[in-house]
Amino acid sequence: MNLKLKVWRQKNAQSEGKIVDYEAQNIPADASFLEMLDILNEQLQAKGEEPVVFDHDCREGICGACSLTINGIAHGPSATTTCQLYMRHFKDGQTIFIEPFRARAFPVVRDLMVNRSALDRIQRAGGFITARVGSAQDANSILVPKKDADRAMEAAACIQCGACVASCPNASAMLFVGAKVTHFASLPQGQPERQQRVLQMVRKMDEEGFGNCSNHYECEAVCPANIPISVIGQLNRDYPAALVKDSVV
Amino acid sequence: MNFLARFYGSSIGKKWIVALTGLVLVGYVIGHLIGNLQIFAGPDKINAYAAFLHSIPGPLWVVRAFLILCFVLHIVTTIKLAVANRAARAQRYAYSASTELKPAKKTMLLGGLVVLSFVIFHLAHFTARVTDERFHHLPKGEYDVHSMVILGFQNPLVAGFYILAIFFLSMHLSHGFQSVLQTLGVQSEKVRRPVTIGGQALAWLIFVGYVAVPVAVLTRQLQVIP
Repeated sequence: MNLKLKVWRQKNAQSEGKIVDYEAQNIPADASFLEMLDILNEQLQAKGEEPVVFDHDCREGICGACSLTINGIAHGPSATTTCQLYMRHFKDGQTIFIEPFRARAFPVVRDLMVNRSALDRIQRAGGFITARVGSAQDANSILVPKKDADRAMEAAACIQCGACVASCPNASAMLFVGAKVTHFASLPQGQPERQQRVLQMVRKMDEEGFGNCSNHYECEAVCPANIPISVIGQLNRDYPAALVKDSVV
Repeated sequence: MNFLARFYGSSIGKKWIVALTGLVLVGYVIGHLIGNLQIFAGPDKINAYAAFLHSIPGPLWVVRAFLILCFVLHIVTTIKLAVANRAARAQRYAYSASTELKPAKKTMLLGGLVVLSFVIFHLAHFTARVTDERFHHLPKGEYDVHSMVILGFQNPLVAGFYILAIFFLSMHLSHGFQSVLQTLGVQSEKVRRPVTIGGQALAWLIFVGYVAVPVAVLTRQLQVIP
């Protein structure tokens, strides 16, 4: 298939970027979106042009490295990572806009590659437990109700890809932070630092310049790990409770 | 730093303020509607209600002051959040699309501003009575709300703006009700669907209730009883 691509090109964080038109030719329908870009880059290099820079790693839908906002939707028209999106989802001759994940907190490094370390800094502010947990415990030495284990597991599925931020009309990171907070808040090991964790992660999130959730739920629709917006509800519950304990009690 | 400063300084704290004040204002919208609907029970009923409210100026002004505080906080805090949200996406998408965006969500700010301009007019119109000379000598005296409302809505422009504003208010509430519960953290996956549908139903019931009065006046179902 042949495609008309409108790709964001930007030399570096300081320079102004712009949309550049490309024709991608002879793309197999079973190529993944990233493979399509590989083919485009080969075609560009053959003409002596600079290839398009984009993030990718495992290409198995696990790592969360790939990004791209495709026709306005983070990771494109299927709720997977971009590497798991196949060209058969598009029509021959279709025009496709390919832009980087847009957020002030995600500065463009080059072309379609953005710096998502703001999420790492939020994670470092409290998204862990300090105690060394050692190797796996004997079964049933710490009792976790099935419901709580499921909830923790659901939240822990977050691969930190940043699609929630990219898709949010306000570039909010609350689905990400909510997932991290819910993950630990659902387990006994997360309790001792529960209060400080939510306070520090929210403070860092605000400092990094992410927006504020206005309950549009775009994030949930694009999340490749199916994180539900109820984790934002948990964040909304835990934060004021922790703040009351921290500043009043 | 004290609790309130830290709370209001945070993203989640501001969202809570918008949600809590929104909840107070929804309560007021429902209370006001119940007051309005008394017009269908005839002039004596609603005029007595108006006279009663004015007979207790102390509590009336306490409630009014609280409502004004909530109204101002709701708007000022939302503007602060909206400014931060714009800044958080410095560079906009060339191609913007959405999977979830519904008209109600998209018009929260615009609709809110329409409602704000309406509230200012509405207070000048029926509360301060500065826009219509006739309201100063009503057939049944100062608290003849029945005649005042009917005279007011006989002007199609006034009735039209009222219906438009109530439409935007209902749109606002159809997203707002569910949004409040999510922000206050009381919404779970289990209750999400009923809360969303229930909130929308409540919003449009409010629309029907409010719009019934100007529609009844324009269709001459309600007339001034001399």
